[in-house]
Amino acid sequence: MLTAVLVGFVAALGFAFAGNHMRKSVSYWIPFLPASLFVYFALMVDPVLADGAILFQYNWAESMGVSMNFRLDILSLLFALLITGIGTLVFLYSTAYMRDHKQLDRFYGYLSLFMASMLGLVLAENLITLFIFWEMTSISSFFLIGFNYRDKKAGRAALTALCITGGGGLLLLVALLMMGQLAGTYSFTEILQSGDVLRDSSMYPVILLLLFAGVFTKSAQFPFHFWLPEAMRAPTPVSTYLHSATMVKAGIYLLARFHPVLEGPGLWQNTLLIVGGITMLFGAIHALFRTDMKAILAYTTISALGIMVFLTGLGTPAALAALGLFILVHALYKSSMFLVTGVLDKTTGTRNLTQLRGLGKYMPLVFAAGMLAALSNAGLLPALGYHSKHLFYEASLGHITHSTLLTGLALVTNILLLAAGLLIGLRPFTGQPSHHPAERVSSLLWLPALLPGLLAVAAGLAPVFMEKTLTSPFAKELTTTAFEGHLHLWGGFDQLLMLSVMTLAAGLIVYWKFSTPKESRVTLVNREKLSPGGLMYKAAVQLRNFFKTLIHILQNGYLRYYTSVIVGFLVLLMGLRIQYSLEFNYDLARILDIQAIEAVTMLVMVISVVVSVVSKSRLLAVASLGSVGLCICLIFLYFSAPDLAMTQFTIDTLTVVLFVLLLNGLPAYLLKADRGIHWRDLILAGGFGALIFLFTLEVLNQPTDSGINAFYAENAYLLAKGKNVVNVILVDFRGVDTLIEIVVLAVAGLGVFSLIKLKVTDAPE
Amino acid sequence: MVILLALMVGLMYAAGIYLVLRRSLVKLIIGLILLGNAANLLIFLIGGITRGEPPVIGEGEFTLGEVYADPLPQALILTAIVIGFGLQAFAMVLLEQEYREAGVTDLDSLKDEDTDDQ
Repeated sequence: MLTAVLVGFVAALGFAFAGNHMRKSVSYWIPFLPASLFVYFALMVDPVLADGAILFQYNWAESMGVSMNFRLDILSLLFALLITGIGTLVFLYSTAYMRDHKQLDRFYGYLSLFMASMLGLVLAENLITLFIFWEMTSISSFFLIGFNYRDKKAGRAALTALCITGGGGLLLLVALLMMGQLAGTYSFTEILQSGDVLRDSSMYPVILLLLFAGVFTKSAQFPFHFWLPEAMRAPTPVSTYLHSATMVKAGIYLLARFHPVLEGPGLWQNTLLIVGGITMLFGAIHALFRTDMKAILAYTTISALGIMVFLTGLGTPAALAALGLFILVHALYKSSMFLVTGVLDKTTGTRNLTQLRGLGKYMPLVFAAGMLAALSNAGLLPALGYHSKHLFYEASLGHITHSTLLTGLALVTNILLLAAGLLIGLRPFTGQPSHHPAERVSSLLWLPALLPGLLAVAAGLAPVFMEKTLTSPFAKELTTTAFEGHLHLWGGFDQLLMLSVMTLAAGLIVYWKFSTPKESRVTLVNREKLSPGGLMYKAAVQLRNFFKTLIHILQNGYLRYYTSVIVGFLVLLMGLRIQYSLEFNYDLARILDIQAIEAVTMLVMVISVVVSVVSKSRLLAVASLGSVGLCICLIFLYFSAPDLAMTQFTIDTLTVVLFVLLLNGLPAYLLKADRGIHWRDLILAGGFGALIFLFTLEVLNQPTDSGINAFYAENAYLLAKGKNVVNVILVDFRGVDTLIEIVVLAVAGLGVFSLIKLKVTDAPE
Repeated sequence: MVILLALMVGLMYAAGIYLVLRRSLVKLIIGLILLGNAANLLIFLIGGITRGEPPVIGEGEFTLGEVYADPLPQALILTAIVIGFGLQAFAMVLLEQEYREAGVTDLDSLKDEDTDDQ
């Protein structure tokens, strides 16, 4: 299992750095990666149906409660099969679709990265691990949307998607951490037992809202939906895979995952019903007004995601069974529609519905793929969509208080979606041909588009099998109630049949009304300034300007400003703190023991320091600096440090000589600062000096004997055969330190040398 | 003597900070050198000072006597002096080169050179 998740990452690394080795010929082998994973997960179906949930345990950072455990139950298995199955189709399709692209290495690298992250996300059993994979899907999505990075709009779309999903991800992290804290574990299997603890906690509403923030941003729910239509800038295979079939469903996955733990009447149900309801209607209406096929698909996807949130909100076994089936149905027909769109775009150079007509004559198989997808979308027998639509109505009718309202909402959404599906699957293929494509459509293009449709029909004809393997276990996993005996090809004349017939009839009328898309209609619904996307963009710009101003105040480019802020805060904070810890019990005999020659040296030193500060002549200042150095040299001598004295003497002399040499070429001092600034700086510097003084006396109060000096005193000669202990420490005990110090000096020396040699020829203007 | 040295360290820090806050690049470097010296003196002082007992093992002996100056701070400071010199030399040459290229030693006018990101 670990291999199954990680192999995608390894492959991603390999692909991304393959450079020119990644050619057409190599890319034909890549679909075998998702295909073999698909087979692996398909073999897991029987064990999962038999055992419920299978745990795979791998240690990772156990001390932090983070493990690499994976949990395979019907929910994660459904997603894993979709990810690898649709992945196989998309990889296959890409070999033809992206054939002539120059950067196949990056393309397959990002795509594999995404596939692996998505697999990790749905399989992870640990909340922290889940979050890591969640973020990785956002990141790989960012790269894939912005894949055509020369297109500025693609770049912006990628950034929008990253900001929205990444922002939601941060909130999600907080929700996950809170859940982990309350339950005392980050393992999902254990959290499953603590649903009551979470629901009874006073933080329950907060956790829900944060979780919803993550889910709604990722799964493009109103009002965060706007990143998804923009994300259609990505190459069509990417849109198929990430922004329709798999990644955008990650939010739905999370909702379903936490349904047993967090669901409840009130906040959970109402929020999901309202947001899902608005989103499914909003997306369906918007879809009909578009002319770009991918825009239609984006909005129908938003609508479908709304339906999924809506179904989770209903929360009954019927609703969750419908959810499980609809996730599969939607992935099949929507990926097929996207791939059909890609074929049309590739062969005719446009995906604008106002220009595409009658292509069914030239590409019958693509037409068949489109029709099968539209059929499934419409919920007509024998396609699988028939069953999912039935369950959808059954679930909405089952609501206790508002069944009429919710069913009405579902009905309208389904009618509009049906019409939108026909716009994709039927519209471009009928009528007088608008284009005459010269070459035949490659089988690598039509096959992946047709396959899901055929699968949907096959599955639709086997309702009992679907019930046994998908809907019933799915409902049982999430609600602990099995759901059986509801899927059949003919259920008699009942309410559900009536609703289906109404959907079909009304849908056809709507399609007939909207079957000639016009550009003018797009502007009807495209209110950029008032849309959530436009408003959020404006807010983001405002935020950026605010921080820009803030940064200009804080980081104003004046070194003095930075220094005074740092020193000021240090004096203030340490000054406030130190007054509580000063003891003032000094060993007066020790600190006042002064000899005459030392006092004289100190006097000279004070004068030198003051002169070096106040002198208006630079030469005098440098000379006093030298004098300060020499006084320090004397202090070292008085207090038993002859080596230091020698070093200080040499270095001090060198410094002064170097300074004087260089000073020659520099202009005289500037005398610009006014009196007020002088006083301010004097107070700041004086405060700092006083602080250091107090601090020093205080430290001297503490005993310093660490025992280390005794070790050196004893062993300097015996072990290292040297009598000057300081030297022995430097060249023997701490020899490596000294070596590195020499390296540092050598680097500084090189720097000095190259600076002197440097001639800036291209001076900045 | 400890009290005088502590005062001295305080004075040198104050002088160093004051110089660093000036606009002139030359003063900035003088300030840096003073701060470096002050830090060395501070370590020396805190390490404990002893008169007339250098940490050198006498003729015919194998270990240090009973009373001796702590060799450890001395080794530290010796390193610090040398490294400090590397820094100071580099700063000085940088200043000189900067003046040769940009023609100013005023830190405020340098600011305008590299913030034209608008």
